[in-house]
Amino acid sequence: MRRLALVGVPNCGKTALFNALTGSRQKVGNYSGVTVERKAGSARTPSGYPLDVVDLPGTYSLRARSPDEEVTRDVVLGRRPDEPLPDLLLAVADATNLRSALRLVIELKRTGRPIVLVLNMIDIARHRGIGIDTAVLQEALGIPVLTATAVRRAGMEDLWARLEALAASGVPVPTENLWSEPGALDLRAIQKQADAMIARAVTQPPTANDLSAKIDAVLLHPVAGLVILLALLFVMFQAVFTWATPAMDAISAGFDALGAFVHATVPPGLVESFLQNGVIAGVGSVLVFLPQILILFLFILLLEDLGYMARAAFLMDRIMGGAGLHGRAFIPLLSSFACAIPGIMAARVIDSRRDRLATMLVAPLMTCSARIPVYTLIISAFIPHKSVLGIFSLQGLVMFGLYAMGIFSALAVSFVAKFLFWRRAPSPPFMLELPDYKMPRIKSVAIGLWTRARIFVKRAGTTIFFATVAIWVLATFPGPPAGATEPAITYSFAAMIGNLIHPILAPVGFNWEISVALVPGMAAREVAVASLGTVYAISGGGDVQIGHVLAQQWSLATALSLLAWYIFAPQCISTLAVIKREAGGARWMWLTFGYMFVLAYMASFLTYNIAVALGAG
Amino acid sequence: MKIDRTQETTGSFPLGKASKGYCGCIDRISPCEDCPGLPAAEIERRLIELGFVEGAQVTILHEGLFGRDPIAVRLNGSTVALRRREAMAILTR
Repeated sequence: MRRLALVGVPNCGKTALFNALTGSRQKVGNYSGVTVERKAGSARTPSGYPLDVVDLPGTYSLRARSPDEEVTRDVVLGRRPDEPLPDLLLAVADATNLRSALRLVIELKRTGRPIVLVLNMIDIARHRGIGIDTAVLQEALGIPVLTATAVRRAGMEDLWARLEALAASGVPVPTENLWSEPGALDLRAIQKQADAMIARAVTQPPTANDLSAKIDAVLLHPVAGLVILLALLFVMFQAVFTWATPAMDAISAGFDALGAFVHATVPPGLVESFLQNGVIAGVGSVLVFLPQILILFLFILLLEDLGYMARAAFLMDRIMGGAGLHGRAFIPLLSSFACAIPGIMAARVIDSRRDRLATMLVAPLMTCSARIPVYTLIISAFIPHKSVLGIFSLQGLVMFGLYAMGIFSALAVSFVAKFLFWRRAPSPPFMLELPDYKMPRIKSVAIGLWTRARIFVKRAGTTIFFATVAIWVLATFPGPPAGATEPAITYSFAAMIGNLIHPILAPVGFNWEISVALVPGMAAREVAVASLGTVYAISGGGDVQIGHVLAQQWSLATALSLLAWYIFAPQCISTLAVIKREAGGARWMWLTFGYMFVLAYMASFLTYNIAVALGAG
Repeated sequence: MKIDRTQETTGSFPLGKASKGYCGCIDRISPCEDCPGLPAAEIERRLIELGFVEGAQVTILHEGLFGRDPIAVRLNGSTVALRRREAMAILTR
């Protein structure tokens, strides 16, 4: 026995068991050809026998309904050429909720593969007074049944002992695969069989556990529930923007120091410019968002472990449904406030393709943190520092308005997309289990955060690295002629492109400098700020000085127009690349780019011309 | 809660029309055949997979704010959220 696969229904504690088996020896990748996350790791039994463990996506049945569930089915049935057939299936069940788990196990048994059923979270079941006779279950199912508490070391002893024994003796020989997709009648029969087993093996406590119900009475209250959700979001944003600041400052100071070190040690010239402006500044400008992304994911992982995320989807379903979005789109859209990239990747949790595409299409409209430097620069330079109604700061209100515009336009776009593409296609059902509340485990949250951080840093090191190198090349070559007086960037390809697109952007009030800055902004939106600095040749300029120059050189109409542009800001290569990969086609990428460009252009055009008409030109 | 005549005579009441606090026993699952949406057989299978089978007890615990939709129901020890449209297929008594 070498390869184990974990199979179970969603929320059964499968990931906790996977973490307990593999510790931090995990690898997260993709199954080839599909954008389904593949979580695999290596484990060692106490006596040192090595095991490969793969954590298959959660599913209620082998009759796959989403790409994730298809992977589970195909791996279990050995239909994926790149994935060896597992030697043993570890069916994981939540001991407090066996109905759907046993139905899945009965279905799994039909595949003829060797199976061990692990009743996870047995401590919670015992605590609630649920009695499970594993001997009866074992006899009824005809497979070994054992109990575990994945989050405690002692709770894993039985499982380790069983794995040890199987490693020594070998797993039973697989029998013929008799599985075929069950119909409604068949499913009913399976469920009846499972219920009969539960009736024999499980004793329920006289009074049902109602802690979750009591909490839900508040958190799912039609009004209070929504208010609490909004309050939670508010706290989360506060945390993302305030807690992250010291770490972000430290990271950017670190990269600045590194840049200064290169500047001081490497002789001036192309190599120095490449290292300092291309590599260090480019990668640094993206890595600086790592603290914000980690804080955001900390909240998301905690809320998910707590069991709140399914509730949030419940509360938001009707509101988002009005705009043609699925309740589950709430989580991806929330992540997009940090960065659209993890947001678009999080859209995988939505099982209907149509809903997934709609979510990916609008995720870039949520105001990502890369827009913040641009917003703060322009707001502090052009919006007067005064208060409105005595309590609100005007600058803060403008910032809030920009965020609100982003949310509003995301809802509007998805509404239009629903009308244009999916008018006849009926909206798919919203059905999901609301798991019982559970205290989040520090270890599983830490592993989750570590995984996110690694993915993000790896991307910064590859895709974003190459994008920034490309932008550096565009902004550096050809070099300025001898005796040039203008900043070097004005002679570069970037400037040529900027001048080329300037006539297109002139009607919205952008001068050629802005047009040039938008080109490097393709790598990451906030790079546009640095580029404006370069174009205006501000030596050693911090944002304050750029702000001063801009305030003198631009009209208010131009500034407002640029703000409007950045609500939509179609130019972010990384986001577009992720959409292409996740949506499975360049079509969707171009569609996103196209509609965002049109919206940005229209918004800027209107803003500029109205502002000019009002005398702000 | 109002029950109209036709349902009273057949003796079953669609869960999708019930209010908060309603408690009933599932009589049968019968998704409407011509409604837009997933094929009736698929809706039926999904409902069964969530535990909506004949004989199970369901209680409506929570309702959404707008149109009292979606609903969250207690079902054999677990809580399940679904929209009223799909809950119409669950006939209870």
